[in-house]
Amino acid sequence: MRTAEPPRSLRPGWALRGLRSLAPALSNFLLQPGGGSADFAYREPGPSAHRRFCELLPQEHRSTEESLHTRVSLEQILSLPELKANPFKERICRVFSTSPARDSLSFEDFLDLLSVFSDTATPDLKSHYAFRIFDFDDDGTLNREDLSQLVNCLTGPGEDTQLSASEMKQLIDNILEESDIDRDGTINLSEFQHVISRSPDFASSFKIVL
Amino acid sequence: MAQPLPFVLNVPEIPEDHDREPSPYDESEVHDSFHQLIQEQSQCVAEEGLELRQRGLGAAAPGTSGSGRQALVGPEDAAAYSTATLRILASMPSRTIGRSRGAIISQYYNRTVRLRRRVSRPQLGGVGRSARPSLRLYDLELDPAALEEEEKRSLLVKELQSLTVAQRGHMLKGMPLGLAEKRSLREESRTLTGKPRERRGRRGLFPCCGWLRDTCVLALHGLGLWLLAGLHGLKPWRYALKRIGGQFGSSVLSYFLFLKTLLAFNALLLLPLLAFVVGVQAAFPPPASPGPVPAFTGLELLTGGGRLTHTVMYYGYYSNSTLNPPCVPAPDGGQCGRETDGLPYNMPLAYLFTVGGAFFITCITLVYSMSHSFGESYRVGSTSGVHAITVFCSWDHKVTQRRASRLQHDNIRTHLKELLAEGQLRQGPRSVCGRLRQVAVLGLVWLLCLAITLGCTVAVYAFSELMIQSPVSAEQGGALLALPVVVCLLNLGAPYLYRGLAALERHDSPVLQVYVAVCRNLILKMVILGILCYHWLGRRVGALRDQCWENFVGQELYRLMVLDFIFILLDTLFGELVWRLISERKLKRKEKPEFDIAGNVLELIYGQTLTWLGVLFAPLLPAVQIIKLVFLFYIKKTSLMANCQAPRRPWLASHMSTVFISLLCFPSFLGAAVFLCYAVWQVKPSSTCGPFRTLDTMYEAGKVWVRRLEKAGPRVSWLPWVHRYLVENTFPVYLVSALLLAVIYLNIQVVKGQRKVICLLREQISNEGEDKIFLINKLHSVYEKKERSRCCRDVLKSAASHLPSSRFQTPSLLLYCGHQDPRCPLLVTPDLGLRRVTHPVPSFPQPVKI
Repeated sequence: MRTAEPPRSLRPGWALRGLRSLAPALSNFLLQPGGGSADFAYREPGPSAHRRFCELLPQEHRSTEESLHTRVSLEQILSLPELKANPFKERICRVFSTSPARDSLSFEDFLDLLSVFSDTATPDLKSHYAFRIFDFDDDGTLNREDLSQLVNCLTGPGEDTQLSASEMKQLIDNILEESDIDRDGTINLSEFQHVISRSPDFASSFKIVL
Repeated sequence: MAQPLPFVLNVPEIPEDHDREPSPYDESEVHDSFHQLIQEQSQCVAEEGLELRQRGLGAAAPGTSGSGRQALVGPEDAAAYSTATLRILASMPSRTIGRSRGAIISQYYNRTVRLRRRVSRPQLGGVGRSARPSLRLYDLELDPAALEEEEKRSLLVKELQSLTVAQRGHMLKGMPLGLAEKRSLREESRTLTGKPRERRGRRGLFPCCGWLRDTCVLALHGLGLWLLAGLHGLKPWRYALKRIGGQFGSSVLSYFLFLKTLLAFNALLLLPLLAFVVGVQAAFPPPASPGPVPAFTGLELLTGGGRLTHTVMYYGYYSNSTLNPPCVPAPDGGQCGRETDGLPYNMPLAYLFTVGGAFFITCITLVYSMSHSFGESYRVGSTSGVHAITVFCSWDHKVTQRRASRLQHDNIRTHLKELLAEGQLRQGPRSVCGRLRQVAVLGLVWLLCLAITLGCTVAVYAFSELMIQSPVSAEQGGALLALPVVVCLLNLGAPYLYRGLAALERHDSPVLQVYVAVCRNLILKMVILGILCYHWLGRRVGALRDQCWENFVGQELYRLMVLDFIFILLDTLFGELVWRLISERKLKRKEKPEFDIAGNVLELIYGQTLTWLGVLFAPLLPAVQIIKLVFLFYIKKTSLMANCQAPRRPWLASHMSTVFISLLCFPSFLGAAVFLCYAVWQVKPSSTCGPFRTLDTMYEAGKVWVRRLEKAGPRVSWLPWVHRYLVENTFPVYLVSALLLAVIYLNIQVVKGQRKVICLLREQISNEGEDKIFLINKLHSVYEKKERSRCCRDVLKSAASHLPSSRFQTPSLLLYCGHQDPRCPLLVTPDLGLRRVTHPVPSFPQPVKI
């Protein structure tokens, strides 16, 4: 029913000059009925996120209406200073991308990303996305390959910085020993969340400040 | 299996089979034909495997090629399962929940159901098949999966509709789905309720009303959004904190956050004091004291004396009379407002109650934040799992600088290596000699540290006695600084000595090292402060009989605070800047000095203790502390950016901040509270100055007031009653403490019970895991059987066409081959001679029904 109505920005009533300066289409977008309006997590980073997002767009697409529908490629997102030094940046972008090839982010996806990494996201939500970021092959569990890739991401990109094969094996054995409660050789989401819930520092470190 | 077998091969038992033996001359021929068969069939098997794998790929989500290869390592067999089994494994609910949208939806459906019905868990049978993630639903067949997802979605929408708006918003907020998905869910769950119809009807009557309201709502929302963005920008030091977090990570950030917390505490302390004591007194200044007003020299800022003595800064300035000109606005609210209702503004009472109330508020806030922090950082049964936590939680996503990121890589790598090495070390017990030596070193270092502490204490005591014996007049401002300088010097020097001594002992864990260092420094600071408190309340009160000793104590604390600030500056300058220059220029080291978080936080706690100790004697001391903290923030930030690097040791930020806030509460705040209580209840206030100058103790002010209330009339008679039975009587104190102990005991028992339950649940889960493995093995064997039977069927066919002698077409022979290799009879090695075929092993599978 509501979707059939014309967008509010086109209606005559939406001519409040004072709010024009605040990119009405953006606030309109954020405040759409059923949009992020009830979601504090989306409201908080909203305007500044949009500004940052527009900076990534080419000049001709920067109008508010257009910016809400244009996608930004992975490379451009990765060049954001907040993500540049992050070893999981590509995984983060892939997890939040909704395009079929998983290689570009729309403004909505970008907002999703920021809201998950914001202060207001629930710990459950954070750990869910952390799990998906660490699940390198997207198969729904963390198996040994995922874990070794994760450890390699943590220890650094170079060959010389990585752990030796025996160390890696021992480490992964230890991790599985500690967190694989049902002993099926992989860590599933609930087991992962169980581990995460014991680490109070997770919520404060799983955060990106824009 | 992708394609179930439509028929069951019935193999009749032929007892003669075993007796019939192929004659030796057939052997080579049979061997040849077997060889050929093997080649053909292995090709066919390879093709089939390929096909199976492709189907697996097609059916599962894109990019799941790894999942099929995942071997399930059971306790008894580590063999790889067939592709079909693995596909089923990959589509188990516990594994799909991490990736499939349908599974997420159904999980949240379950949660909403639970929320609505308030039952602990929906019965599996009751929810309905489509509502729970079942392996039949999404991954095995594609079309039904999509259908089922739609169905589940609509179920979820229905469930959401039955929730209240707040619950729905909360539920949607926690869903790990995209914004678009959430929005459509919210929209659907909203539009299907009865409201829109109502609205449309109303809109039919008043067409403009609808959009007017919408516009207003939107405008309000927009305004809220704008304000929110503004507020977001107004958060103090947001950008600075972001930069610190980006360069140094959470560990260093925790120091600055602690500083911010202290700032909030001081503001909390200052505001009531400003409103009810300082402001009122400043509005009605007491008659000016006789004698010349000393000129302002600048040294007052250090000593706090001279010109500053007779100002609102200190206790002595406040009058003991009631301030009751008619124009005084009766201060409503607060601690003194209620009691003074209808009475003139009584300064002593206001002073006493405001300080008491501010302390009480601080205490409540402190205890609350401490309990909150404990709840956050300590979980029941959270001791195990270091490796997993290190790997999963140690990356700090706040870090934005490449250099900091590299440092973090290095730290994590070192930490992981240490953990691994530690695990190996733990297995080998250390020699008795080594352990003895370690204990001896530990004891020696502790002894030395305690000796240093004792030396410092004796030095402070002796110096304070000296100060009493040779009194300095107020004019010699500089001499007043002697005792604070000594104290600050000791406070500055002793930690370096401790650090040097700590280098001798080797602790197993870096966390323990930090705790030990904190403990030693804390002992030193508390002992010195204790001696000073004794000096003030025990000795000074007697020595300054005819003067205002409260002013003196207030000034002493002010001096201590200011000098502490100066010494922190010096420490920052020499300990960080000069040390970096030396190590860079002279020692040619690349590394900068590490930022000593524990030491710096202890400095902050010490400063805060001084503030709390002095607030009764100098009500504006919190303001001084606020200024000091603001300066400290910028100085420390600048020094950190220029001179320091993040500590290399892993730092459990939240554990440490819990420890720090507890330290702030336990020795610091509690000590200050005890000091103040003693001063209020036991010490005679000086008779020449201050609001309590005519009384025996400060507490008398309250008593006098209660007595006056008793005389005033029956209207407020409950207050004396409260005073008599609750304050003067000791019984309530015992009752409250007994209740407190009971609550603590109950909590301990509850935690114990939870621990037990956790253990039981863990056992239960591991049992379930074993069940799962058992079921998977069963499943696997069923597939195996099916596959074998199909292969056998193929073999039967081909054998019928290949084998020269009809004797070998008997199924028993082929089954025997199948027994050799479960996958297919034709993978039997070619050198399996007929001779062995003719003498079947005893474990020949007798039930030949395939």
